[in-house]
Amino acid sequence: MKKRYYKYSIVSFLIFTFFIFYYGLKEKNFYTPEDISIKKFPNLILNDFYTNSKTSFDDILIGSNYYLINIWASWCLPCREEHTYLVQLKKNSPIKIIGINYKDKRDNALKFLDRYDNPYSVILNDNNGTASIEVGAYGVPESFILNAEKKIIKKIIGPIDKKKFNEIKKLINK
Amino acid sequence: MILNYLGNFALLFCLIISLVIFITSISSLNNKNFFLKKNLNELLFFKFFFAVLSFSSLIILFIISEFSNETVLNNSHISKPLFYKISGTWGNHEGSLLLWLLILTFFAFFYFLNSKNRPIDERLLTIMFQEVIILGFLFFLLKASNPFNIIYPVPKEGLGLNPILQDPLLAIHPPVLYLGYVTTSIVFSSSLAGLIKGNINNMWAKDIKKWVFISWTFLTLGILLGSIWAYYELGWGGFWFWDPVENISLMPWLSLTALVHCVLALEKRSILHSWTVILSIITFTLGICGTFLVRSGILNSVHTFANDPERGLYILFFLFFLIFLSVFIYFIYEDKFELNNKNLNLYTKETSIILNNWFVMYFLSVILIGTVYPIFLEVLSNEKISVGPPFFNKLIIPFLIPFLIFMSIGPNLKWIKNNYFSKKLKLIIIFILSIILSTLVSKFFGNTALNITILLAASFYLFIITIKDLIKKGFKNYSQTISHFGFSLLVLSVLLNSIFSNEITSNMRVGDEIKFSDKIIKLQKLENTTEANFLKLIAYFKIEEKNKTELVLEPEIRIYDKPETITSEAAIKTDIFKDRFLVINLVKENEYLNVRYQEKPFMLWIWISAIIISIGGIINIVKKNEKKIL
Repeated sequence: MKKRYYKYSIVSFLIFTFFIFYYGLKEKNFYTPEDISIKKFPNLILNDFYTNSKTSFDDILIGSNYYLINIWASWCLPCREEHTYLVQLKKNSPIKIIGINYKDKRDNALKFLDRYDNPYSVILNDNNGTASIEVGAYGVPESFILNAEKKIIKKIIGPIDKKKFNEIKKLINK
Repeated sequence: MILNYLGNFALLFCLIISLVIFITSISSLNNKNFFLKKNLNELLFFKFFFAVLSFSSLIILFIISEFSNETVLNNSHISKPLFYKISGTWGNHEGSLLLWLLILTFFAFFYFLNSKNRPIDERLLTIMFQEVIILGFLFFLLKASNPFNIIYPVPKEGLGLNPILQDPLLAIHPPVLYLGYVTTSIVFSSSLAGLIKGNINNMWAKDIKKWVFISWTFLTLGILLGSIWAYYELGWGGFWFWDPVENISLMPWLSLTALVHCVLALEKRSILHSWTVILSIITFTLGICGTFLVRSGILNSVHTFANDPERGLYILFFLFFLIFLSVFIYFIYEDKFELNNKNLNLYTKETSIILNNWFVMYFLSVILIGTVYPIFLEVLSNEKISVGPPFFNKLIIPFLIPFLIFMSIGPNLKWIKNNYFSKKLKLIIIFILSIILSTLVSKFFGNTALNITILLAASFYLFIITIKDLIKKGFKNYSQTISHFGFSLLVLSVLLNSIFSNEITSNMRVGDEIKFSDKIIKLQKLENTTEANFLKLIAYFKIEEKNKTELVLEPEIRIYDKPETITSEAAIKTDIFKDRFLVINLVKENEYLNVRYQEKPFMLWIWISAIIISIGGIINIVKKNEKKIL
């Protein structure tokens, strides 16, 4: 009798493992190292999107408990979907949203903001895309969430969707 | 172009022959008259022959840079040196699977030739299980990762081999590792066959032992080569990072190590039947599981060069098919073991082997959990974590201490019964001696934690005892002593390495100097050169030490054109007692270089000790053959 139980438990455990692996395969997974929070967001100096004056991140990242740095471009389709969530975040949450405009044409970017609203308190220019590489971005869109000490507490690769949106809200309302 | 078809058809022939062998072996089991020994031999040989044909067509396709082949297109280009064109054959997913298949078919053939003293039923069953595995690989090759896919119109240039794979060590690392993995399949099939036939006994152990040792030796060497490659090429300045892929290769090694001991106990004392069979199953399935985890992209690590969830799904089904097959066979036939309830004496070799098995199982489960737990967590709770070195270090290091002590005492005990107290004095004296030694070492060099001191004592203990055994026992059982000696040297060098490693990181321009303990590191000049398939930036560093000759280190940065990648080649000066390791990285806009200088003592000994461990294995394989000749 005892023997039978151990057989059943081994088999059911193996089946359980199989399903975990099966569903694990379906999850998209991006590598986010655990110690990412140790990393401080680099203090870059970029040109302001509107005034074109040199602005450093140290000057912008003040006065809020959380910051969301969003890399976007008007030519990037997923950015449009993401934009509505950013606008919602701006309205309902105490988070300061900073945009990095990636390899974009100024006129198109302005039109984009006109049409989809502007959630950003500050927008910085990254015309040649080097700044985005330096902060460790993979592509557009991509977002970093920083805490008051400018440490990266979350990195979102790809557009912010409903699920990610809720995750962010949970994170900043903690 | 024609080679594409040739390779493909050779694979199809393999499939057909494999099916024929599978059916033949099953029908011969029921009806002995059906069995034609010569016939099966020939079939196995032809299958191997077609696998060779297929593999060599792929090699030739790589050599002549035939870009109508998709695999060649994705992993090669015209200006690549010939050596890497050839090694590029197995540097990618499709080619490496074909290599697996080649080795599998070879060993199936080789096993059948060399197992004439086993009962014919068992051999047939082994071949049958082996065919199941081969068929699985063949279907996978043909359906989901065919190396002979044709592209039309033919592109002019290929996409190139990942530059960090363009390394001589990495050209031999996969084949050696695969030889290790694939031989475990023979052990797996044979143990299942033996289980069904109720043949698991000391005679079976005696015959399967050489396969276990071959596999263990190749796996040891394969892991060593990979580790050396990571040290030189990845520029992380270490030899082991608890990276998921490294863990995956370590797990079968651990269970194989336990298996080596079980097989010996089974041969000498007819005990540990179920241990042996279970470990054979675990070892092989862990190997396949490793393939699944790496190739499917379910895990992410530096090693996941190629991944594709669809392939992952296939390997997953195959893996669990094999697991369930073996588990059910085990459950059904486990009563067939020739159990003889021998009383185990506490102070005997067999007890210490069992104890060490449990330790190895513990290490194995720690690594397994650390590697797959992130997947479980992600699926169940959508949380992403990565398990790093602190987890493994904390859970493994304390348990190494009793492990090492048992490992020192165990071989000094006898089988069956041992008058332990006769040797007690000597063993205790050595133990005290090693405690003193390790206290001295940690006192002398300051601030080492207590647990490290104790661990150091335990490894000194094993070190001294194995040296004593080597001298005293001479050529009796020396393969074991050599391997154990190598292991103690490994633990010792790893420990001393981690205690005394030192490093400095800094940004430097040409002409800058930095101080590092009593040395001055100068960046003298930079030089650009163009090589066949990359641009090279060499930095000349001078390291001046008081009262000593100065040392010049020349680390490089390579900018490959196809695919465009930047790699850092570390400059390493290896001495007997320490390695000096210097690696540079480009910082944006090229104003200065990021320089990392490390002094790592006993690096060379880590490699040497791993070689010594495998020499022990080689001796055991060769020794067996000598006896056969006599």
